[in-house]
Amino acid sequence: MSRIQSVFQSLQAAGRKALIPFITAGDPDGELTVPFMRALVAGGADIIELGVPFSDPMADGPTIQRASERALAGGMSLSRVLDIVREFRAGDATTPVVLMGYANPIEAMGHAAFTAAAREAGVDGVLVVDYPPEECAEFTAGLRAAGLDQIFMLAPTSPEQRFRDVAQAGGGYIYYVSLKGVTGAANIDFDELGRRIPRIRAAVGMPVSVGFGIRDAASAKKIGALADAVVIGSRIVEEIEASPRERAAAQVETFVRGIRRALDEITIGATA
Amino acid sequence: MTDMHYSLPDARGHFGPYGGVFVAETLMPALAELRAAYEASRAEPAFIAEFESELKHYVGRPSPVYYARRLSEHLGGARIVLKREDLNHTGAHKVNNCIGQALLARRMGKPRVIAETGAGQHGVATATVAARYGFKCVVYMGSEDIGRQAANVYRMKLLGATVVPVESGSKTLKDAMNEAMRDWVTNVSDTFYIIGTVAGPHPYPMIVRDFQTVIGKECLAQMPEAFGRQPDAVIACVGGGSNAMGIFHPYIAHENVRLIGVEAAGEGIASGRHAAPLTANAKTGVLHGNRTYLMQDENGQIVETHSISAGLDYPGVGPEHAWLKDSGRAEYVAATDGEALEAFHALCRFEGIIPALESSHAVAHAMKIAPTLGRDKLLLVNLSGRGDKDIHTVGERSGIRF
Repeated sequence: MSRIQSVFQSLQAAGRKALIPFITAGDPDGELTVPFMRALVAGGADIIELGVPFSDPMADGPTIQRASERALAGGMSLSRVLDIVREFRAGDATTPVVLMGYANPIEAMGHAAFTAAAREAGVDGVLVVDYPPEECAEFTAGLRAAGLDQIFMLAPTSPEQRFRDVAQAGGGYIYYVSLKGVTGAANIDFDELGRRIPRIRAAVGMPVSVGFGIRDAASAKKIGALADAVVIGSRIVEEIEASPRERAAAQVETFVRGIRRALDEITIGATA
Repeated sequence: MTDMHYSLPDARGHFGPYGGVFVAETLMPALAELRAAYEASRAEPAFIAEFESELKHYVGRPSPVYYARRLSEHLGGARIVLKREDLNHTGAHKVNNCIGQALLARRMGKPRVIAETGAGQHGVATATVAARYGFKCVVYMGSEDIGRQAANVYRMKLLGATVVPVESGSKTLKDAMNEAMRDWVTNVSDTFYIIGTVAGPHPYPMIVRDFQTVIGKECLAQMPEAFGRQPDAVIACVGGGSNAMGIFHPYIAHENVRLIGVEAAGEGIASGRHAAPLTANAKTGVLHGNRTYLMQDENGQIVETHSISAGLDYPGVGPEHAWLKDSGRAEYVAATDGEALEAFHALCRFEGIIPALESSHAVAHAMKIAPTLGRDKLLLVNLSGRGDKDIHTVGERSGIRF
């Protein structure tokens, strides 16, 4: 069983929801990323999504765009992100790490080289925003053979007949994009989510996380009542952006702990 | 289709290893919807008739082919013939595609159109058709380009469009395209994204090419009428590559016609400051929804490009050009900023035509090879746009401020 699967299994047994925070590797610099990851875990993260910065982050809003620009200005690269995961893994054998980013840095490294290096570094899953299942069958097969989960997205625009196909190609969990828009937007339609999430959960046969636009404990709690996991990214990046360097890790931990507490208030069976 | 051997892209939008649909999940259904609307439209005589009628009465087609006699005689060699896309309404080839996509948008019931623009020609053409068909229109433009192309920005505003400056990344065409994609993903239900070049996710490279092939189809008929035969070579500038695809595609089956794409060599290929991924043999990768040759660093980050012409200042190139390069059917070369400027001035002085700086790259290559060829040779150059928009840039190079 993969680390991601076992996390979801034990959370389910405990009647708890997964908290999946996102940060951009190398933001504001490479030195701070491992301390931030440890702070996320201390605050109550179950899985970490680690953003691989890209020069042209088409699916991201201004906050994560700025994080990517800061990281790239500091010389962050995919191979350095893998070094960061390796360093994190040396002190944490249990928290799954999912790399989230765009296709081109992976294409530049080469599919086989990336897959081998990611596995060796202790990566658990990979989410490539601009690799729909149709365009990356060979990459998907390679990841699967290496025991890594490829996380795919579903969106408010995805037709129901696509749910199962996307789930079959992927592993780990489904990342449901809560809104039409980019990361950090603020126009979630909770009623629509309430109709969609149960149908997706029924179709995909794996945990469903929801991300994009979750800004606080209240919205996290509402999403957590519907889904298996809550992804929160831009708000954490904003905390990092607004904090003095030496206080940023503590700030991140406090913020994540607030979300954790809200998720833990959700009573068992609320999603049944 | 005149060519029985060439029927790319395949059903999934691939030109060999290039092209495809590399987008976030939210856009996958929108692209499927666009494919379906386009497939239905292009099979409908009424749709095609309306497109052709608009091109005739609104754009002013067909555009002539014109023998540049004084320039050719000055160079002493092959005769240079210009396909006069600069005479189109709005001053460039871009409008051909915008008319086609506007008709699709209307058919799909989308009240709002968006576009990215570099030099501003595609933005102006989009704003124009938005006014013509009554769409709300937003154009994304890098703030760097807004500085270079102030007149076009004002033109778009006169036509009722909102021009949004893009401050991210290199603040040029690629960043404008990123921002347009972000708008589209947000407003996908009521918005049609009019992509201006033969790049982007499938079906855009195919749709834009098909609407632009009016250029090459006219040439196929005009060249024998005016010059007794088809040209020996067809030459066009390549940024994303829509004017080149438009004139190349109908000639692909004519195997003895050379197809020459001219990229922007900027300050020279060796300088690294250029926008010529094909000529420089850049690595292939994925950007803006398709796989193609891309200017990037060793970590797969897209690098800043340079060209005197904003319309060629793009790190990628349409996937069909990538395929035509690999297959050897087309040749790709590059002209520097200096060579393009020289061609710009030559065309002004010898022919009384002020060419766009983009098109000046194609003219520059024709001027380079014409003297090496005999007088019996015929070079057909796509003069894709007029240069009124560029007089500030050119003037500044000569120390003139307006």
